[in-house]
Amino acid sequence: MPKRTDIQSVLVIGSGPIVIGQAAEFDYSGTQACRILKAEGLRVILVNSNPATIMTDPEIADATYVEPITPEFVEKIIAKERPDALLPTLGGQTALNTAISMHEQGVLEKYGVELIGANVEAINKGEDRELFKGVVEAVKAKIGYGESARSVICHTMDDVIAGVGILGGYPVVVRPSFTMGGAGSGFAHDEEELRRIAGQGLTLSPTTEVLLEESILGWKEYELELMRDTKDNVVVVCSIENFDPMGVHTGDSITVAPAMTLTDREYQRLRDIGIAIIREVGVDTGGCNIQFAIDPADGRVIVIEMNPRVSRSSALASKATGFPIAKIAAKLAIGYTLDEVPNDITEKTPASFEPSLDYVVVKAPRFAFEKFPLADATLTTTMKSVGEAMAIGRNFTEALQKALRSLEKKGSQFTFVGPVGDKDELLATAVRPTDGRINTVMQAIRAGATQEEVFEFTRIDPWFVDQLFLIKEIADDLAAAEKLHPELLAEAKRHGFSDAQIAEIRGLREDVVREVRHALGVRPVYKTVDTCAAEFAAKTPYFYSSYDEESEVAPRTKPAVIILGSGPNRIGQGIEFDYSCVHASFALHDAGYETVMVNCNPETVSTDYDTSDRLYFEPLTLEDVLEIVHAESLAGPIAGVIVQLGGQTPLGLAQALKDNGVPVVGTSPEAIHAAEDRGAFGRVLDEAGLPAPKHGTATTFTGAKAIADEIGYPVLVRPSYVLGGRGMEIVYDEARLESYIAESTEISPTRPVLVDRFLDDAIEIDVDALYDGHELYLGGVMEHIEEAGIHSGDSACALPPITLGGYDIKRLRASTEAIAKGVGVRGLINIQFAMAGDILYVLEANPRASRTVPFTSKATAVPLAKAAARISLGTTIAELRAEGMLPKNGDGGTLPLDAPISVKEAVMPWSRFRDIHGRGVDTVLGPEMRSTGEVMGIDSVFGTAYAKSQAGAYGPLPTKGRAFISVANRDKRTMIFPARELVAHGFELMATSGTAEVLRRNGINATVVRKLSEGEGPDGEKTIVQLIHDGQVDLIVNTPYGTGGRLDGYEIRTAAVARGVPCLTTVQALAAAVQGIDALNRGDVGVRSLQEHAEQLTAARD
Amino acid sequence: MTTSTRGAAKAPAVLVLEDGRIFRGRAYGAVGETFGEAVFSTGMTGYQETLTDPSYHRQVVVMTAPHVGNTGVNDEDPESSRIWVAGYVVRDPARVPSNWRSRRSLDEELVQQGVVGISGIDTRALTRHLRERGAMRVGIFSGANWDGVRDEALLARVKEAPQMKGANLSAEVATKETYVVPAIGPDGEAVPIGTAKFTVAAVDLGIKGMTPHRMAQRGIEVHVLPATATVEDVYAVDPDGVFFSNGPGDPATADGPVAVMRGVLERKTPLFGICFGNQILGRALGFGTYKLKYGHRGINQPVQDRTTGKVEITAHNHGFAVDAPLDKISETPYGRAEVSHVCLNDQVVEGLQLLDQPAFSVQYHPEAAAGPHDAAYLFDRFTSLMETAQMEADRA
Repeated sequence: MPKRTDIQSVLVIGSGPIVIGQAAEFDYSGTQACRILKAEGLRVILVNSNPATIMTDPEIADATYVEPITPEFVEKIIAKERPDALLPTLGGQTALNTAISMHEQGVLEKYGVELIGANVEAINKGEDRELFKGVVEAVKAKIGYGESARSVICHTMDDVIAGVGILGGYPVVVRPSFTMGGAGSGFAHDEEELRRIAGQGLTLSPTTEVLLEESILGWKEYELELMRDTKDNVVVVCSIENFDPMGVHTGDSITVAPAMTLTDREYQRLRDIGIAIIREVGVDTGGCNIQFAIDPADGRVIVIEMNPRVSRSSALASKATGFPIAKIAAKLAIGYTLDEVPNDITEKTPASFEPSLDYVVVKAPRFAFEKFPLADATLTTTMKSVGEAMAIGRNFTEALQKALRSLEKKGSQFTFVGPVGDKDELLATAVRPTDGRINTVMQAIRAGATQEEVFEFTRIDPWFVDQLFLIKEIADDLAAAEKLHPELLAEAKRHGFSDAQIAEIRGLREDVVREVRHALGVRPVYKTVDTCAAEFAAKTPYFYSSYDEESEVAPRTKPAVIILGSGPNRIGQGIEFDYSCVHASFALHDAGYETVMVNCNPETVSTDYDTSDRLYFEPLTLEDVLEIVHAESLAGPIAGVIVQLGGQTPLGLAQALKDNGVPVVGTSPEAIHAAEDRGAFGRVLDEAGLPAPKHGTATTFTGAKAIADEIGYPVLVRPSYVLGGRGMEIVYDEARLESYIAESTEISPTRPVLVDRFLDDAIEIDVDALYDGHELYLGGVMEHIEEAGIHSGDSACALPPITLGGYDIKRLRASTEAIAKGVGVRGLINIQFAMAGDILYVLEANPRASRTVPFTSKATAVPLAKAAARISLGTTIAELRAEGMLPKNGDGGTLPLDAPISVKEAVMPWSRFRDIHGRGVDTVLGPEMRSTGEVMGIDSVFGTAYAKSQAGAYGPLPTKGRAFISVANRDKRTMIFPARELVAHGFELMATSGTAEVLRRNGINATVVRKLSEGEGPDGEKTIVQLIHDGQVDLIVNTPYGTGGRLDGYEIRTAAVARGVPCLTTVQALAAAVQGIDALNRGDVGVRSLQEHAEQLTAARD
Repeated sequence: MTTSTRGAAKAPAVLVLEDGRIFRGRAYGAVGETFGEAVFSTGMTGYQETLTDPSYHRQVVVMTAPHVGNTGVNDEDPESSRIWVAGYVVRDPARVPSNWRSRRSLDEELVQQGVVGISGIDTRALTRHLRERGAMRVGIFSGANWDGVRDEALLARVKEAPQMKGANLSAEVATKETYVVPAIGPDGEAVPIGTAKFTVAAVDLGIKGMTPHRMAQRGIEVHVLPATATVEDVYAVDPDGVFFSNGPGDPATADGPVAVMRGVLERKTPLFGICFGNQILGRALGFGTYKLKYGHRGINQPVQDRTTGKVEITAHNHGFAVDAPLDKISETPYGRAEVSHVCLNDQVVEGLQLLDQPAFSVQYHPEAAAGPHDAAYLFDRFTSLMETAQMEADRA
């Protein structure tokens, strides 16, 4: 069926800020969908609150709304734009939930908007556990196989004991009914455990009911990605097998595509079930994924769940196979059928086929437990990873080892030197799934564990276990060989060993191994991902390396620019950097270069096969990059390698690349050093006459104490050479300084601790700027809402700055220019300043694209990353102004007075983590970055923009109700005015006794509530924590008390997270929130597209 | 537990193509020499079914999927009583099989059945070579006998091997004696011979075990006849329908089966053909057949049923195809005929049907094994042709 002609415009809902479980993959899928729909001639209206996305670039959609994804705001957009249709399946759970809620509220009907790509009934059938069980039963009745896990509902202990028999014995899962967040559930391995858990569960359950379920822990886990069109054609795009057996969330598992350990009969059975389910659920068009568990003992198949939408797995499957699921889902949603859509990669064959892989794909998760030291690191069915790396190899071992080194984390690669450890201890440790369990397993193998033992303890499939043994045997051969002969070296490379690993085993330097390898002619070739196992010629240069015979890199004539991406998402280095890399690729392609992207993150737009002229899906290590540069230098001229857009990952390679003769363009490695090295940067500041906070470095407590005594407490301490503020802390007294030094494992004579004067009460300012050697273009000046001391990535900020005047901007401009010039920047630089009193201190400078580049670009309607890429290759700012990429006059520091105010707010992953006792982790902001994503609120005044940013990040600010206030002593003065405003807006205040006293003395009435530590009152008065849990509190203001009194605050804040109550942890945030509440109560909050904003800005500039 | 596929433990092996390209790897399976037509299969699952498919007789199969042997060998999945491929080419053979049904390793099975293979070569490079140059003769040489033998000498031996074009191979792979596959009742038990709803005479040109099984599941008793069966032999079993199976070789040589097929068409008995059977129907109707450059071998091929417009994902294994017009209905000695199915990748004829009498065939494998079950409905179509014929007979 060809394209529908009754749809002229479509609203696409994005997924909002990056959070754990919903990340950059939805930018990838949404961007694909928007581009396709636009190319089909439809007017595309997009809503997404996340500015760090490619999809929210103004050229991707016709009308782009960076507004909160709430039914309220989306309705405003619908009322304004009147789209014919709404496509909700490409923006994750956020988009789906918003669409469903708008359907239920009758909004879609009211405006005559048709839901396409999914229907409400199908969504409910797929998502509702009980309904889905019915679907699986219906499928079994039709085709004879497929079932859900067996379960029994029990109301007494006798039921429970009898239930075990019905389920076929231990272990069993106990799930009490209607408890919050799965409270009281657990695994019972014997009757004693069962009586304990089920007894507690029956008590906890308000209906005295527990569900007893058979345990499928340790079973093999699989996933199929399917697509269906309106003519009921169904294809399975990809099968994925989890290396980690059942019990670990698939997002936290190492996964492999295609499935490795299924016979055709078993695979076809899964395929039959999958197809029957997609039909039974009634997914009209588009993609969905279905998860299965298989009993390794007898092959029994259990259907676990389905997602009736594009998911993280579909992004992975798209990258793994070259089959662009989201793009095709968008085409199917507007009426096309699979046979009418061509396969982009072959161009000649249709999309109605199933990709065949002649390689193996391994995905490995990237965790950030080091940011949450109190969180329990056990992997469970709740996803905890913050990113992932994917690698492609011609066999499993190669792909696995590439994936592990792509994680770019100390210890992520297998190591074969050092003490072996105790086998039994290692095996016992490996029972518990954690980040890095695979390394523990390898150590157990080194310590003499047998294949049978490894399987017994971990339930990892014996085939995978044997592959680990294979890797270990090669490591043994490498260690035992008299010298590195070519056969052995080739064999090791064929199984994914890096030069660094071989060097470690042989006791050599990595570069020596590389030299030997090159001398022996052992180099990788590059193969193509072509969807069809070479059956047809591929037109798309999407490459991966392998130690095989024949390379497929074609010669080219145009000069190539190689752009190094940012690798797996992690806290501190996320989608923002991918944004800049993608922009560079677009800009340089337009400027006549052949762009070559290198990255290993499957979630991103940069690793879409049509973003760049060529794509290398490869790890971002020196070895892998050098080989790509070599391969491309054989293919044609290379104009240069760009390292300054992908964050610290490529930046860290700059010097080594240059030392190996690679032309690094843009800011030189020496200039990077001048900004990153403290001593060198200090000299730059001295020469420019710019002040930095007093500081010093020490390797012992005595040394640190001497510095702190001299510059005065509080001090900011941190280990050197760290990212994202890792281990950074504000220390208020000597005692804490001593314990900090004692606890820190990262301090050594070669790695000193940095002690800085902490600027209390300073305003922190971020600047993004371009410099070409002659001219400075001030991209944007952002004023942080939170004071200095909170990591810039976690702080909300406003652009243009809301309290800085023309004189301040002038000083910032002069300082920025002096630093850019002193360092020697060619491209982007990001500088953090602190304004304390009237002194402008320089905190740090990053000679690269920063996290805020997408935000600044969108707020000022200027493509900074594109400009940076051009400057790197020699174009001047004057030339860019002339060709229109940069404004003819002025810059981000001279925005017109009526320019819209943009507010960025960070989104934190608190609700994902629990400590080992199952309690939430604390939510206080600090110098260490912990946010996973960000949203942007944009409006004509600050209050409204701030309110929008809060709505986008955490849900709408309350406009009335009860506000609880409890602040540290130092905040008590500044709290008075905003508190009074809250009362003026009709809020009823509650406070702990100390805060209430201050409020009352200032004529503000506040009800005193009991602290948790005070316990319940004699007449049953509840504590604040109970009140929060009871839903009695609508807004919480709780600032941490420094080192003392933490505990109460901790309980309050974790309760707020659990209940989803807005919780402000700084007085500055309270002041901003009051402005937001004020705007909301005035009731004049509208929506405006980025295109409209840009028009206004451009008009004002001309 | 074997670790023999790694390192120097396995003998060196060499694969020589008739155009002179050479790949060096390690022996896999039996050690020795073998010759055949080099073809590649893109299926990611189902190596056991592939190896035992008689249609691969005299072919050296290159697996594009790098890991082969992971699930070992079981006793349920073979499609015939032996491995038929002339040689086997894989990149990374499994060292340890893992599956609850596995009885032994694939390596052991290949050795036991004397199948010479090679591992550790760049199978993608080889596949691309075959795609660009077309299927061609190949030899695999491993073991001490070939140590030090010059490549030119090996190439000369490859060039002496017989060509696939013009090869008449059905009789070599088909059963010598007629045997009966009983129908399966609703209880899953075999129905006593002679009491089934329908009887089908299946001419075995290299039939796969799953084909009669799919019919048996639908209440059909299948009499599998040798490739040399005559029209008289076919009607001796008093069939409600006649089936022509898949099989190896060049359809241009299959004059015997074509003559039998014409006899069946003359009697208007419901007729169904698969793969080779489709080519024979093509020839019986007067169409030509031709050799594809590198054939269709895989389990991911999109075929469109032109009557419904629906696309099914299907299993293919054919190096030849029928040359029939896609854009019109053809007049044949047996009435009007049309192309019912077409491969969307390259517009190759994948199915034929007669419009004036109950006969149809497909070039691909609705019985699957290995492969998706999307086309299983064709067995129902065959069954309903027989039902209609029976009703008409009852009325008459």
